[in-house]
Amino acid sequence: MADVKKIATRESYGNALKELAPKYPNLVVLDADLAAATKTGIFKKAYPDRFFDCGIAEANMMGVAAGLAAAGMTVFASSFAMFAAGRAFEVVRNSIGYPGLPVKIGATHAGISVGEDGATHQCCEDIALMRTIPGMTVIVPSDDVEAKAAVAAAIEHDGPVYLRFGRLAVPVFNDPATYHFEIGKGITLRDGKDVTIVATGLMVNEAIVAAEQLAAEGIDARVINIHTIKPLDEELIVKAAAETGKIVTVEEHSIIGGLGSAVADVCAEKCPCLVKKIGVNDEFGQSGPAVDLLKLYGLSSENIVKTVKEVVGK
Amino acid sequence: MERAEKLNLQKIATRIRLGIIEGTFHAKSGHPGGSLSIADTLAYLYWKEMNIDPANPKMEGRDRLVLSKGHSAPALYAALAERGYFPVEELATLRHIGSRLQGHPNMNDTPGVEMSTGSLGQGISAACGMALAAKLKKEDSRVYTILGDGEIEEGQVWEAAMFAAHYKLDNLVAVIDNNNLQIDGPITEVMSSYPITDKFVAFGWNVIAIDAHDFDQIEAAFKAAREVKGKPTAIIQKSIKGKGVSFMENQVSWHGTAPNAEQYEQAKAELNAALAALD
Repeated sequence: MADVKKIATRESYGNALKELAPKYPNLVVLDADLAAATKTGIFKKAYPDRFFDCGIAEANMMGVAAGLAAAGMTVFASSFAMFAAGRAFEVVRNSIGYPGLPVKIGATHAGISVGEDGATHQCCEDIALMRTIPGMTVIVPSDDVEAKAAVAAAIEHDGPVYLRFGRLAVPVFNDPATYHFEIGKGITLRDGKDVTIVATGLMVNEAIVAAEQLAAEGIDARVINIHTIKPLDEELIVKAAAETGKIVTVEEHSIIGGLGSAVADVCAEKCPCLVKKIGVNDEFGQSGPAVDLLKLYGLSSENIVKTVKEVVGK
Repeated sequence: MERAEKLNLQKIATRIRLGIIEGTFHAKSGHPGGSLSIADTLAYLYWKEMNIDPANPKMEGRDRLVLSKGHSAPALYAALAERGYFPVEELATLRHIGSRLQGHPNMNDTPGVEMSTGSLGQGISAACGMALAAKLKKEDSRVYTILGDGEIEEGQVWEAAMFAAHYKLDNLVAVIDNNNLQIDGPITEVMSSYPITDKFVAFGWNVIAIDAHDFDQIEAAFKAAREVKGKPTAIIQKSIKGKGVSFMENQVSWHGTAPNAEQYEQAKAELNAALAALD
């Protein structure tokens, strides 16, 4: 993995918007004074007449997005996850979610890998918030290939979609030649019988690395990439629960209400088994280099290996 | 405005008021006060101003109304029913389980409802989006939104006001229904949104102040708004909460209270008498 290419999924998002623009003449993009950071600036530079800055006013931006969508436009609205899902939550819920308008929310800078900006900007609650809205699709891409495929799929999806992207450049591990994205369909990246590691976003790559090390130590771990938190691929989760008996979830999000909770909900009802959640515990983040923060908060292959060993009792 | 036309609009507005009473009585809840204050405005919009087709509610290039003060849904429903979007008899199902006439407007259920609203301060943002879409699609359609004078205490309203002026949405008209009362009391006591005119002027809007119950002034305002280029228009309409029902007028207690059987009969008698007087 030494020479693997690294790209932040926010970069993938901006590139995908620009690449898809010719195919969708009604596509417009909104941002709230963060275009340079969310990378919608890539689209803005190429299509300035289809980009609308809403200023530092996320609530209005989400409402404007709803109105544009109601009038037949294809709309992406972007800000940091903290403001798109957090500050504007109730507008997303009532003006986009309730009428089921097909607004695509491109939320970047999710999780603690925001880094130096610190806790005020490190949103670890957005998956939990968004997945409680009826009809909302929640997608957390793991790398560049998946992020671009997710943007394309979101446009075609007739309903609201929340797309969660990161600031940190992450390894591109999916092969664009063979990769297939389908909303709501998890991807088994590695088969295994002792335990299943269910990961999302930038933690998928860490899960793969962990599984390789576990294999060297005699533990056969299955790895599932859940890019769509909602609707969750329940069939794949239940199958893994039945076949491996133990599940470890990994996400760069609070352990309350995110991927781990979604998986635990399904297992509790359909195939009770041990579900151990790795994520940001019930605490706020802090300033620091993203890579160091991820390690500090246990979002690393090392901690996945350690946790899996505890779970399988080895 | 010619006398015959004015009489006709006054009759329509009175029938809308009857519809509001009908709906809220059968719902045993709802918001008659702020509904009654916008009946004349809705009559003018749906019968004179807007390019719409009740037989084809989704007509391409139509004008749109977003009721930002969504709690005045009884007025919107009464206007839409009277205009032919759905049967007037359906007004009695307001707020009942299974009814498409939800307590606050739902764009997916009800023909003619352009946006789901009710959480205050949000409709004006959606209206901005619709006005922008019309410009992008090079349509000459117009977008109207009605807000309460209490509603504009919401910060999002001013985010939207900034947006509309910045993008020169001259196809957008925001009506501010200034009946001076919100749930907890007079807006001057609860949280004054005054001076409303100065605020919209400062935000870069064209502002027109009118009497909400004078069709000559209503017509003049909407006509003037069409002539203004490069700016959205705010029509600040001084209205009477509960207008048309004597015991409801200017009474804050009628913001969100339904009439009982006796009050229902009295309100209907007053409005039917008003209707007869217009003949």
